[in-house]
Amino acid sequence: MFGYLPLGAAFGVLYMQLDLPWWGAPLMSLFIYAGAGQFLAVTLLANHAGLVEVAVASFMLNSRHLFYGLSLLKRFRGAGWRKPYMIFSLTDETYSLLTSQARPQDAGVETHRLAARIGALNQLWWVLGTLLGTLAGATLNIDGRGLDFALTALFIVLTLEQAARLRQALPFLIALATGLGAILLLPERHLLLGAIGAASLLLLVHYRLHRQPQEART
Amino acid sequence: MSDLELLIFIGVCTLATFLTRVLPFVALSRQADHPLILHLGRYLPPAVMAILVIYALRDLTPWSAGQLNVSAQGVPLILASLAVVFLHLWRRNALLSIVGGTGLYMVLIQLVWP
Repeated sequence: MFGYLPLGAAFGVLYMQLDLPWWGAPLMSLFIYAGAGQFLAVTLLANHAGLVEVAVASFMLNSRHLFYGLSLLKRFRGAGWRKPYMIFSLTDETYSLLTSQARPQDAGVETHRLAARIGALNQLWWVLGTLLGTLAGATLNIDGRGLDFALTALFIVLTLEQAARLRQALPFLIALATGLGAILLLPERHLLLGAIGAASLLLLVHYRLHRQPQEART
Repeated sequence: MSDLELLIFIGVCTLATFLTRVLPFVALSRQADHPLILHLGRYLPPAVMAILVIYALRDLTPWSAGQLNVSAQGVPLILASLAVVFLHLWRRNALLSIVGGTGLYMVLIQLVWP
């Protein structure tokens, strides 16, 4: 979960190249708290995008979170007062950590406490990283070209962690097919949602075809 | 951009982002035990993460005009991505993998092939 420290720092440095008040960066990490979303926000700020465009772009890029919640409905059930924060802190990294754990089925007070703590620790590193990046961006003359690769690196790490947990090729083959298909067929702004939507559809078909063997899942 | 405009900008991003996280819990909370939801919960996370990698690498062009492309979207992107994979398989330390890969990428596009 330390992954969010360098990523937050990268975001802080990139933000400081915008010539905006420094407090914007930590404020965004406190309230928006979305890795890819905040990198996108830097681009939107640089391009002076209108508020409607900002809302639509943020929603579309983060629409993958819809599917995160979908697969954690049971896990978060009965979480009580922690639940709003658990939902708020459902970032890529939090989600990956939660779903990389051995038995996500049992939903007890312990697992809820753990889930809330993972979200909060991630955010702590994220905000801390942002502050470090903001400070570095304000005091040092940093050439930020290439820093945005930190986000790509995080995605690669999260995928490897998922592969280590679920030793099956199926979801990765589906991702390869829908991801490459979307790049070939869809315009840039619908790419991400299109690929994730198509992957969900394929999983739906797979579910229909293999309903019986699924009963014996671990 | 004034301070107020920046605050409004952050507010809009905050609401749009939170909406994507809270919607399933508001709309589908009664379906949590449905076998289809459980099936998606098992296979969707790895699929989404892998799609994010493909999405992040969407502009990758290893070749251009009949030769190796050494611009930011070519060879450096491949080498840095491989570095992240190797570092992570080797030490399984997210901090090291991300810092190492990003550092290599920055050195490659800023110093080696500027």
